[in-house]
Amino acid sequence: MRLISGRHPFAIAAMGVALVFLYLPILVLVLNSFNASRYGSTWEGWTIDWYARLFSSRSQDIWDALSRSLIVATMASAVSMVLGTLAAWVLHRYRTRLQQAHFGLIYLPIVAPDILMGISLAIFFVTLGVERNLMAITVAHITFCISYVTLAVLARLQDFDGSFVDAARDLGASRFQTIVRVVVPLLLPGIMAGGLLAFTLSIDDFVITFFVKGVGSDTLPLKIYGMTKHTKEMPVINALSTLLLTFTFASVWWVQRLTGNRART
Amino acid sequence: MSNPSPKYSPHRFNRSEWIRTIPSFGWLAFFFAIPTLLILVMSFKSANPYGGFGEGWSLQAWRDMGNPSYPAVTWRTVWLSVVATVICVAMALPVGFLLGKSLPKTRATLLLLIIVPFWTNFLIRVYAWKVLLHPEGYLRQALLSLHLIDERTLLLNHEWAVLLVMVYSYLPFAILPIYAAAEKFDFALLDAARDLGASAIRSFWQIFVPGVQRGLFAALVMVLIPALGSYIIPDLVGGAASEMLGNKIAARLFVDRNWPHAAAVSVLLMAVTLFPVLFAFAQQKKESRPESPRPESAKKGAAPA
Repeated sequence: MRLISGRHPFAIAAMGVALVFLYLPILVLVLNSFNASRYGSTWEGWTIDWYARLFSSRSQDIWDALSRSLIVATMASAVSMVLGTLAAWVLHRYRTRLQQAHFGLIYLPIVAPDILMGISLAIFFVTLGVERNLMAITVAHITFCISYVTLAVLARLQDFDGSFVDAARDLGASRFQTIVRVVVPLLLPGIMAGGLLAFTLSIDDFVITFFVKGVGSDTLPLKIYGMTKHTKEMPVINALSTLLLTFTFASVWWVQRLTGNRART
Repeated sequence: MSNPSPKYSPHRFNRSEWIRTIPSFGWLAFFFAIPTLLILVMSFKSANPYGGFGEGWSLQAWRDMGNPSYPAVTWRTVWLSVVATVICVAMALPVGFLLGKSLPKTRATLLLLIIVPFWTNFLIRVYAWKVLLHPEGYLRQALLSLHLIDERTLLLNHEWAVLLVMVYSYLPFAILPIYAAAEKFDFALLDAARDLGASAIRSFWQIFVPGVQRGLFAALVMVLIPALGSYIIPDLVGGAASEMLGNKIAARLFVDRNWPHAAAVSVLLMAVTLFPVLFAFAQQKKESRPESPRPESAKKGAAPA
C-alpha cells in the first residue's frame, strides 16, 4: 500500500522522531496513572486507586474547578461568537481606515504573548477597583477569544457569495430575516469552528486566568497547577489527565465520523 | 445589508459601519488596548509597601530594573526562545515536506496525530515532562544505565530542560504553517531540479525551503513570540536558575507584591517581543496586499484549530 508519493527516508525519520517526541510524555503519564508507585519513577504494579481517589469526596474541589472552567468557557465562547462574527462581517464588508485599525486590534491579541495580556488585565482590573472574580475571568477570556472567532469566520467569508443576500432582499425578506435565515446559516461552519476553538482555548488557558483571578475561583488549569506543587497529589493528576485525554480522543474520533473523515485543520 | 459587496470608500464617514464596528472594536479597545498602555503608565507609579500600587508617581520601579539579574534573565529569555524556534522550524521543515508529499488519507491521519496532543491541557503536558525528567524518572534511569550521563547529572531544573519542553510545546505551531505552505507547493519543481542534476539535499534547500517561505516566516513568529512569553515551562521544569522574564513578572506580582516593578518588567518583555510582532504584522500585510486588507492567513493565526 502506498502512503506517500516517492521515497523520503529522511523526512519519514523526522516525522517518526516528531511523533515519538510528541507522544512520549503522554504515554508516561497514562502509564503512571495505573502505577502503584506514588512518584511514578519505578513500576510497582497496577492499581486503580488514583481513579478511585479522583472520584471520592476528597477530590470534590477538582470537580468544582472543572464546572467553573465549563461555565467560563461556555460564556466566553458564546459572547465571542457574537462579537467575532459581527467583527468579521464588517471587516469583510468595508475597506476603510477604520477597518484597518479594527483588523489590527483583532490581530494583536493573537500575536501578543499571553502573559502580557494577563498582567495588563490584572493591573487594569485593580486600577478600576473591579472585583477579580469569575466574571472578570470570563471578560478576560472573551477578550482573547474574539480574535480567533473573527479569523475563523473571515476565512469562511472568503467563499461567501453576496448574491444570496441580494436574492433574499429582492424576494422580499426583511433585513432581520436575511441575517437569520441566509447569512448566519451560510456562515455557521465558520462560526462553529471559531466557537469550538474559543471553547478549547478558554478551557486550556492557565496564564491569563492565573494573573487575572483574585482569591478563590480556581478554574481547572489553576487547580491542576496547585496540585503540581504538591507532589502528594501527583498520581491523581495523572488519572485526571488520562480521563481528559481519553475524552479528547473520543470526541475527535466522534467529530471525524460526523464530518465524514474530512480531517483538515 | 442590501449590498454585501465591499465598499471602497476609505475616507467617508459611514454611520452604519461605525455602529457595527463598535461592539468588537470597543471591547478590544477597552479590554486590550487600554490595559496594554496602562502597563506603561503604571510602571511610573510608586509602590505600596503593603502590596499593589501606591498613591504618587515614582521612577523607583525603573531604577530597580538596574538590578544586574535583569540583563542575565533577558539574555536567557532571548537565547532560549531563539534556539527553541530554530530547532522547531528545523524539525518542522522535513515534517511539513512529508505532509505535503503524503497521499490525502495518510496526510489526514498524520495531521490528526500531530494536533491531538495539542488538545490536551498545556499544563498537563508540561507536567508530564516534569515526571519524565524527574531524578527518579524513567528517562534519567535509562540514560544512567546506558552510561550516557553520570550520577551527578540532573535533567530537571536546568536550562536544557526548559529548551526541550519549549521545543515540545511549540513544535505543532511550527509544523502547521509550514504544512499549509507545503500543501500549495508544486512538488514537480523538485523533480525538475533532480532531473537537472541537483542533489536531493540541494533541491530541498534551494527549491522547497524558498517555496514555503511564507509558512516558514509564519512558523518563526508563531513559535518565537509565545516562547519569549514563557512562564509555565521554566516554572515547572526550570527551577530558580532557569528563570525567564515571565517568571520575573510573576515573582514581582505575587511574591514581592511590588506591582509597579512588575509593570516595568512587563514593559521590558513587551520591548523584547516588539520586533517579532512587527515582523508578523509586516508579513500579514504583504500576504493580504494582492487582494484586500483581509487576512488570508486566518487558518495560520488560528493554528490550534
